[in-house]
Amino acid sequence: MLEQLTTVLRNYKSDDSLQVAETTTFEELSLDSLDVVQLIMDIEEEFGVTIELDKSMKDVGSLLTVIAAAKS
Amino acid sequence: MIKIIGTGRKLPERSVSNDELAAMVDTSDEWITSRTGIKNRFVCTKESLTDLAEGAARIALEKANLSPQEIEMIICPTIAGDFSFPSLACCLAQRLNVKCPAFDINAACSGFIYGLEIAESLISKYKNILIVGADMMSRLIDWNDRASCVLFGDGAGACVVTSGGALKYIRNNADANPEMLFAKSRTGNSPFTNEESDGGFAAMQGQDVYKFAVTAVGEEINLALAKLNLSAADIDYFVLHQANSRIIDGVRTRLKQPPEKFPMNIDKYANTTAATIPILLDEMIDEEKVKTGNTLMMVGFGAGMTTGTCVMVWE
Repeated sequence: MLEQLTTVLRNYKSDDSLQVAETTTFEELSLDSLDVVQLIMDIEEEFGVTIELDKSMKDVGSLLTVIAAAKS
Repeated sequence: MIKIIGTGRKLPERSVSNDELAAMVDTSDEWITSRTGIKNRFVCTKESLTDLAEGAARIALEKANLSPQEIEMIICPTIAGDFSFPSLACCLAQRLNVKCPAFDINAACSGFIYGLEIAESLISKYKNILIVGADMMSRLIDWNDRASCVLFGDGAGACVVTSGGALKYIRNNADANPEMLFAKSRTGNSPFTNEESDGGFAAMQGQDVYKFAVTAVGEEINLALAKLNLSAADIDYFVLHQANSRIIDGVRTRLKQPPEKFPMNIDKYANTTAATIPILLDEMIDEEKVKTGNTLMMVGFGAGMTTGTCVMVWE
């Protein structure tokens, strides 16, 4: 799932060489609060899920957690 | 069916820059600009909302080559006029010395499109209808709240509508969720309730509003295109409610359309709620961007959560 999420992030950031880990924070990716919403909308399309916005999400790992929860 | 035969806009005199706000609350020009596209807004000091509405209306009437007395109905989309009652439309009718049906509607930032649909439904009875979207958000925002006070400005935008074939599609909707974006009414001093006032300031869930806007506006645009058997490429201009440049860019990117088809003036005026679409339309007409035969899609979205979408082939 991290690989698929990385592809979404690369498309969003227009950076084909972007590397992320679960510990990579939104701040490290220069994503502000509206970027995160837009990214979540892209994730919803990519993964075919609906994700509730949660302000406590701060990093890639938290995104993977909500995607997994939404898919289950 | 209807067409627009005159437009006008009126902003307050007082301009407030991001830098001026940064001296009042903990924010910066860079923060505001990067997250909203806003650089400036106009705020009422001595003007009333009726003043702005009158200014915009007189310009629209002049462009329509009509005297005020030729107006047979006045509709004011607004969140809050100068009075809880009477309506802003009645205050405007007094200024224009017009006797005709006059009333406000509140569909928040979608109000102008709602007004167009009401006009369309009544045009067979009322020959010329004046629609004035006007709001004074400076009364409703908490000027100590850096998250909201930077977003809004005051203003009025007007249009005169008459019979014609320009309007090809109109649809208004509400996906009811009052908690996402709201300002509570005043509570008064009734001895029969313990209801407490929160000051009546505008409050919003910014991320939720953004997601709603980008999603709902995209869906409404696609619905309109499908109904008219058009593609996004067939639309000359998408005239969207000016709430946040990031919302407009988000919608545009998903439609894969170039920036010049999504005109913006939010940098100058910020979000003037029900006034943004007629103000932008009037600017585009003044700049001779809108030409006969152009296809315009106007889309409002706002508290409620409401949406309003229409397509006009300019006459």
